[in-house]
Amino acid sequence: MKSGSHLSIWFFTGICLGVNGLLIFITGIYEIANPPANKVALYDLHANVWWGGFLLVLGLVYSLRFSPAQERKRMSKSS
Amino acid sequence: MNLALLLLSSSTLVHLSAVDLAIIVFYFALVLGIGLYLKGQANTGEDFFMAGREMTAWVAGLAFLSANLGSLELMGWAGNSYKYGILAAHWYWIGAIPSMLFLALVMMPFYYVCKTHSVPGYLKLRFGKGAQAISSISFAFMTVLMSGINMYAMAVVMRVVLGWDLNFSILVSSLTVAAYVALGGLRSAIFNEVLQFFLIWAGALLIPILGLIEAGGWTGLQAKILQNLTEQHVANPGSYTHLWSTLGSFGSNPMGINWAGIVFGLGAVIAMGYWTTDFLVVQRVLSAKDLRSAELAPIIGAAFKMCVPFIVILPGLLGLALLRDPQGHLLRLVPADQAWSAAGQAQGLHGYDEVLPLMLARYCGPGLLGLGITALIAGFMSGMAGNVSAFTTVWTYDIYATLINPKVTDDFKVKMGRWVTVIGVIISIGTAYLVMQAQSIMDYVQALFSFFIAPLFGTVILGMLWKRASPAGGWTGLLAGTLSSVGMYTWVKIDPNAVRYVALSMDAQDQAQNMFRALWSCLICMIVTIVVSYMTKPKPDSELKDVVYGLTPIPKTEHVSWFHSPIFWAVVVAAIFVILQIIFW
Repeated sequence: MKSGSHLSIWFFTGICLGVNGLLIFITGIYEIANPPANKVALYDLHANVWWGGFLLVLGLVYSLRFSPAQERKRMSKSS
Repeated sequence: MNLALLLLSSSTLVHLSAVDLAIIVFYFALVLGIGLYLKGQANTGEDFFMAGREMTAWVAGLAFLSANLGSLELMGWAGNSYKYGILAAHWYWIGAIPSMLFLALVMMPFYYVCKTHSVPGYLKLRFGKGAQAISSISFAFMTVLMSGINMYAMAVVMRVVLGWDLNFSILVSSLTVAAYVALGGLRSAIFNEVLQFFLIWAGALLIPILGLIEAGGWTGLQAKILQNLTEQHVANPGSYTHLWSTLGSFGSNPMGINWAGIVFGLGAVIAMGYWTTDFLVVQRVLSAKDLRSAELAPIIGAAFKMCVPFIVILPGLLGLALLRDPQGHLLRLVPADQAWSAAGQAQGLHGYDEVLPLMLARYCGPGLLGLGITALIAGFMSGMAGNVSAFTTVWTYDIYATLINPKVTDDFKVKMGRWVTVIGVIISIGTAYLVMQAQSIMDYVQALFSFFIAPLFGTVILGMLWKRASPAGGWTGLLAGTLSSVGMYTWVKIDPNAVRYVALSMDAQDQAQNMFRALWSCLICMIVTIVVSYMTKPKPDSELKDVVYGLTPIPKTEHVSWFHSPIFWAVVVAAIFVILQIIFW
């Protein structure tokens, strides 16, 4: 779903993944510095750091690739 | 003690932190923001009900799959995989892939060429108002029930994981869905479904990854399940991790079904009925911008559908192998009615359908827990929104504009669509309370499918492929199929011994009974349609143009390379499907 004057669904997706990834990544870093009393199973793998980081990168790629500015550029090239 | 307080006090693993709450609140804000943003793009009937028919194959394909990723997929099937083992994966593979490919390559051209707004709308073109009325009324009934099921499942998640009151959860989810669907119509539902697709994968994928690491891979998981079930004296413990090899007889697997029930009842009838005639999912594909996109969308959906067992079935199996209570003893989940009884609550029992949240709580700390909960909420809300938007379309086009007021204007349809969205949500709330009485969410859903969907497939497929099928044959066949299904269900409820006739074995569990009931009702529908058609006058060929095979000129899609051809990708998906069956045989 994309059109020149409208925001793309992929842009919203990027924002959503990026914000969530950032929050999870920061929480993971904080947890390394301040380990919780009640740890989840496999805590030592620090899943929130690498999974949060992955989501952040994916979100950035999507939101930049489908940003309103990029959409306008694509529209002007195709017209 | 209050139920919520009891759960909260016993759930030491799940306490939401500020960051978890921030993630959940951000999701609700984004969903409502999208609804508000899209309000201005839903001004005509075509915009509101069909999203302007401008979706790309990817958007339509992901929405097609995501509309089905409600509670049914997430909690219900994780619970069923805990209960029945890997047999539950049949509902994702043989119970989805062949029918999705059939929809793409065989049926979609007819739906697309006749430009119908709905599946009941197709029946009107093919068989007249009789078949349309039966189909639209039964479909409207089913969608609000399904929406209520999603609402209930979401409330259960909130209760189990967060200790929230069921009524509060139902209120929050229903208000949000009503707001964003009423504002933006199908376009808003599709936007949110695509968003939810990504959230579901982002939030749920960690469970199988971490679970397999803990279990020692697939081999370690199989060994642990065998050991745990043997210790608990469960019958056929080895059958929980085999897909086909235990289907030789009814008594050799936990579902009490044989290969014929899976292949014919599930693969040939229920799956074909659901994926090709359930308007909830077909509506997403009808919103595609051209025929090639409409054909590619179900194929894209099928490719991702094959992967969904990784985030749904595997967590259920991991629960069998790894779940422990706080004292370190093996945790055994029980049927929902047992878990929810006063005695069950006092013992801290959990139902089958709670396996996914329990696994989430096992692995996910702050942040990840919020994302996982958001993924579950997203799944339930997409299920609710999908059903409500389909209900709105069928009510407005197939019931009101056809049976009550054929002269209705386009403006009025949009206004009615917004109001009916709200009314549909209110009816769904009532349904949510009704579902609380059912033993298992999925068994209830499958019973509904077999009532309505299985006979509908018989009617639609005969209508598309056999021009001799007459209008009288169409509606009488559909009515006979639906009534026979309800009749068989009632018969078994009154006399449990009737299972030996309906499902061919007293070993048949609920799911197996649903499969066979669907098979018989579809056959009855087709036989009645054929007999009545030969006894009555068919429509002339001139009235069947664009709706029947042989009389419909299929528009040629633009010339594309083999790499972009729907047939090529359908073959790739089919090949992977076969390989998966062999690997998990």
